[in-house]
Amino acid sequence: MLELLWIIPALPFAGSLFLALLGRKLPRRAIACLGAGSVGICALLTGLVAISFIGHTSSHSFTYTQTLWSWLDVAGFGPSVSLHLDALSLVMILVITLVSFLIHLYSTEFMIGDADYSRFFAQMNLFVGSMLTLVLADNFLLLYLGWEGVGLCSYLLIGFWYGEPQNGYAARKAFIVTRVGDTALAIALFIIFTHLGTLRIGEVMLAARDTWPAGSPIATVTALLLLAGAVGKSAQLPLQTWLPDAMAGPTPVSALIHAATMVTAGVYLIARTNVLFMLSPAALTAVAVIGAATLVVAGFSGLVQHDIKRVLAYSTISQIGYMFLALGVGAWSAAIFHFMTHAFFKALLFLGAGCVIAATDGEHDMFKMGGLRKQMPLVFWTFLIGACSLSAVPLITAGFYSKDLIIWKAYCSARGSVWLWAAAIFGSLLTSMYTFRMVLLTFFGPLRKNATKRPGWPMSLPLVVLAVLSIAGGLVDLPKNFGGGSALTKFLTRDLPSFVTAPGRAVHQGMFGVFAACVSLGGILLIELLMRSRMYEKISESPRAKALHSFWFSGWGFDRLYDLVLVSPYAMLARINRDDVIDYFYTGLSRLSRQGWRGLCATENGRVRSFVLGIALGAAIIIGLAVFL
Amino acid sequence: MTRIVGHVLILAAVLFFLGLIGVLVRRNIVFMLLSIEIMFNAAGLAFVAAGARWAKPDGQIMFIFIVSMAAAEVSVALALVLQMHHRLKILDTDAAKSLRG
Amino acid sequence: MILAGLILIPAVGGLLAWFTERFNPARPKFAALAAMAAELLAAVYLAAFRSGSARFVVPWIPRFGITIHLYCDGLSLVLVLLTAFLGLAAVASAWTEINERTGFFYFNLLLTLSGVTGVFLSLDLFLFYFFWEVMILPMYFLIALWGHENRVYASCKFFLFTQVSGLLMLVAILALYFLHGQNTGHYTFDYIQLLKTPLSHSAAMLIMSGFLIAFVVKLPSVPFHSWLPDAHTEAPTAGSVVLAGLLLKTGAYGILRFVLPLFASAVRHFAPIAMALGVVSILYGALLAFGQRDLKRMIAYTSVSHMGFVLLGAFAGSRLALYGVVMQILCHGISTGALFILVGGLRERLHTRELDSMGGLWSAMPRLGASLMLFAMASLGLPGLGNFIGEFLVLLGVFQVSPFWAVLASLGFVTSCVYSVWIVQRTIHGPNTRGWNPPDLSGRETVVMAAMSVLILWLGLFPRPVFTAVSPFVENLRQKPQSSAPAPESGRTTGVSRAVRGRTP
Repeated sequence: MLELLWIIPALPFAGSLFLALLGRKLPRRAIACLGAGSVGICALLTGLVAISFIGHTSSHSFTYTQTLWSWLDVAGFGPSVSLHLDALSLVMILVITLVSFLIHLYSTEFMIGDADYSRFFAQMNLFVGSMLTLVLADNFLLLYLGWEGVGLCSYLLIGFWYGEPQNGYAARKAFIVTRVGDTALAIALFIIFTHLGTLRIGEVMLAARDTWPAGSPIATVTALLLLAGAVGKSAQLPLQTWLPDAMAGPTPVSALIHAATMVTAGVYLIARTNVLFMLSPAALTAVAVIGAATLVVAGFSGLVQHDIKRVLAYSTISQIGYMFLALGVGAWSAAIFHFMTHAFFKALLFLGAGCVIAATDGEHDMFKMGGLRKQMPLVFWTFLIGACSLSAVPLITAGFYSKDLIIWKAYCSARGSVWLWAAAIFGSLLTSMYTFRMVLLTFFGPLRKNATKRPGWPMSLPLVVLAVLSIAGGLVDLPKNFGGGSALTKFLTRDLPSFVTAPGRAVHQGMFGVFAACVSLGGILLIELLMRSRMYEKISESPRAKALHSFWFSGWGFDRLYDLVLVSPYAMLARINRDDVIDYFYTGLSRLSRQGWRGLCATENGRVRSFVLGIALGAAIIIGLAVFL
Repeated sequence: MTRIVGHVLILAAVLFFLGLIGVLVRRNIVFMLLSIEIMFNAAGLAFVAAGARWAKPDGQIMFIFIVSMAAAEVSVALALVLQMHHRLKILDTDAAKSLRG
Repeated sequence: MILAGLILIPAVGGLLAWFTERFNPARPKFAALAAMAAELLAAVYLAAFRSGSARFVVPWIPRFGITIHLYCDGLSLVLVLLTAFLGLAAVASAWTEINERTGFFYFNLLLTLSGVTGVFLSLDLFLFYFFWEVMILPMYFLIALWGHENRVYASCKFFLFTQVSGLLMLVAILALYFLHGQNTGHYTFDYIQLLKTPLSHSAAMLIMSGFLIAFVVKLPSVPFHSWLPDAHTEAPTAGSVVLAGLLLKTGAYGILRFVLPLFASAVRHFAPIAMALGVVSILYGALLAFGQRDLKRMIAYTSVSHMGFVLLGAFAGSRLALYGVVMQILCHGISTGALFILVGGLRERLHTRELDSMGGLWSAMPRLGASLMLFAMASLGLPGLGNFIGEFLVLLGVFQVSPFWAVLASLGFVTSCVYSVWIVQRTIHGPNTRGWNPPDLSGRETVVMAAMSVLILWLGLFPRPVFTAVSPFVENLRQKPQSSAPAPESGRTTGVSRAVRGRTP
């Protein structure tokens, strides 16, 4: 089965190409079948590949590499187009194809009224194909192809409704901001190739371990550049600004970008290049600090948003922050575990939000919703499950197991600290608060807007499946004290370094778990109380709170800062220099010669006498020169 | 002998400059032609003096050339003057500026 | 023989086109199309059956050591293929745009193409200069006679820049000729002989700068770029395609073929300045492109940015960068050519090039929108499309030599992204405020765009044939700068040297 691996990324590409070329001539049903079907077959195939891969478990470090064709072969630089399957990429493609398929299925109904139905599916397929290429790539150049590919698709899809200028603005912002990170990644590739002589990921890791001493500056620089790339794609501080605006796209697009593809690429990249990060403790600490800072910062912003999708956007930034924190403290498999559970519940939440938005005629503002619980029971219950999972409601949700693992490891890791743990716990409190603020505003309280549409089966089925997964997804990595065997962690430890515990800290895990659970539940209770007793409104009335509110609302002023420091000066420079200052030199030259021409023209006045004078003077000068020189 | 030649050359130079000034200041084309004629003859005088100085016939030959050329020039120039008068009804060279660039 | 044919086919086709106009003004385009199709077939034949290498030597003016020495190696081959392909595309793009003096138009277009082919094939410096001039003059007419509003200004500017720099090159060629003659006793313009000219450092620097100015103006690099936006903006579509796709490439080709091998040590000396100019071109061109209001002008400035990579890579002195340069030349030719064809199509439909009056055209013209999106992405260096390979290899090669310039040039990734998405936003995205509803790409345009799209994708995903073709050239260049010239085959040697020796003047 493994030799069919190449079909997995090829199928969405083929679907995309087909739809792009012929899509406008096909009926909608055929487009839906093709668009969702290609990813669906992909998901099935991934399942088969996974079974056959796990069947090979006899050898401990089994990986499968498939070379499709030699891409370049110049002057010792020979990356090929080849796919590499190991435990890490297997988990990634399983989640990606499964969640993507559910989102595609959902979209077949969600987008049915759109004029550009085929373009939508063409771009969505391209997105999935690029993401699969990214995670399956055997070398960095192919990874970079997928990396840029998802950037392009995010640009296309965020700006899908291009008629609105602000959608185009959001799309451009996403593309350009992530491109900044991509450039850092490209520079990292230059360093890697120049110093290690290859771009094959496996060889790079071995060579780096052999040639670069731990803590050497070159390893740190490379790791930091990779981190910059990851930060751009994963919307972490300080390049997180594109993501909240990216909500301009259709809701399934947001689900796809945020849950399964694109933003998790950064997490994958760091996990994939873990050797380089292990060589550089400074870079690894930077990962953890960025993650911790981001999860708190984004949590505050999430707390004050009005737009339901923007709450989810900030929550994505915050949850990816958790993954970065996990990576930074060396809890590699915990990060991937959280990626998986996050993919399930975040996709669920986005799709649920999409149902709500569709039912209320495109209303995004939560303050104009309310009381939808009775009108859309299925959406409400699944959304609630997603929200519980996001808030890490203990024991029953998948989110609890993954997040609890990260919080615990942030403390007990050899690289962890109390501060990182405190940030994670505080973030967890914020998560519960903004999540249930969203649930309360949308589904409880007085009915403000009637739900006009009920989702059909293509929209409901993904909700149900994802809700089940958001509950049961935690089982794959159930820790020992809950009777599980940490299966995922064991599986991933084949490719990822194992977790190192700080001596003396690995005690009282149970107590920490209980505390974290209390914090999550406490957050829910707190927001419930605040909102019920009208305290929430009272607090937000005070002027200081208002200032804070607008500061958080605008994402901590990052946008304004970048606009002031980078965007405006560049645009102004371009505007001022529109006529090209260098061209002035040449126009000046031509003006000068024109002036000279004018001057000489003045002598040709048509008077015979002045001609004679000229002749006489000229003769006098020549004779004078002849005599005196 | 050389002193006389010196005097003659000074005379020739004076005549030449008188002619030149005449060309430059007079606007009537007939007077300009007269002035040119004076310049020709100044040059001719210089040739004659030089021929006498070195006792060679070249100076006189040149003078005959100049005289014959002056005659030819005058015939052409007067024809032009007549044409100018015929067409433009003026003899003022400054007024005839169609040569202006 | 086939090489002479490659040069003559467009020239003869052009004459034919001019001639057929007497019978029917709609006829010349068919003649031109047939000629360019024949040219493409001949080039493909050369690539496929003669493994791309051929030589043609005939004495021309033996007294001065001038021969008609044509040679085709991998580098020339890929460029000749590009010429034939873009020539065909240019003829197709002029199909409905040009309705006046069609015969003379196609004559000029094809003569330019003939000159470009000649430039790519000549190994005799005199012949090279001859073709260099042949391609400039008809291009001048193309701009001056069929251009837009400000065409006289633009054509004169183009002519002055290229002519003045070309004269400097002529002086440099003559200096090389006489220096070689004085040193060895036989005077020749033959490139292979001149390669062995011993040059003092200062002489090499002076002569090199003569060549280099001509090539850098053609390329163009900052600060000699200012003719380009005017010429591009005012030229008719076919003229822009040939100008951006081919004429700029002659500058790049000149650097690769002549400057690098002839003046190896002077090049090393000059490299930091050239690389700095390259980086400045990349960033400054991108800044200028972003500020423009005229779509054609905007794309013209992107060429400045892209050709900066060529200058940067050519002088980096690393093999990877040289491969990247060749790739960049090819892909820029295709992607910018395609963009100009698209803009030409837009202008034909909307009668404007102003960005302010466009917008939201994707829904009206999906095929055009998709093509524009593809080539805008190619222009920003999206992996999977050819330009990425070129830019990445250049930067990788430069990084091995000088990380500083490579990192600075990498910022071009961001700036190119900025202007590319701006092009997309202002044309096919955004609100359609003017209510445009023009017809989509016609069948002819669709075929051209499809061919170009396939080509740019092919170059992005399977670029190996190109690298295989140019590898002998690049490897020679790096190993022994002195003998990097393709040695003549033994059978021909006598002919060459007889022709070359000739008599000294």
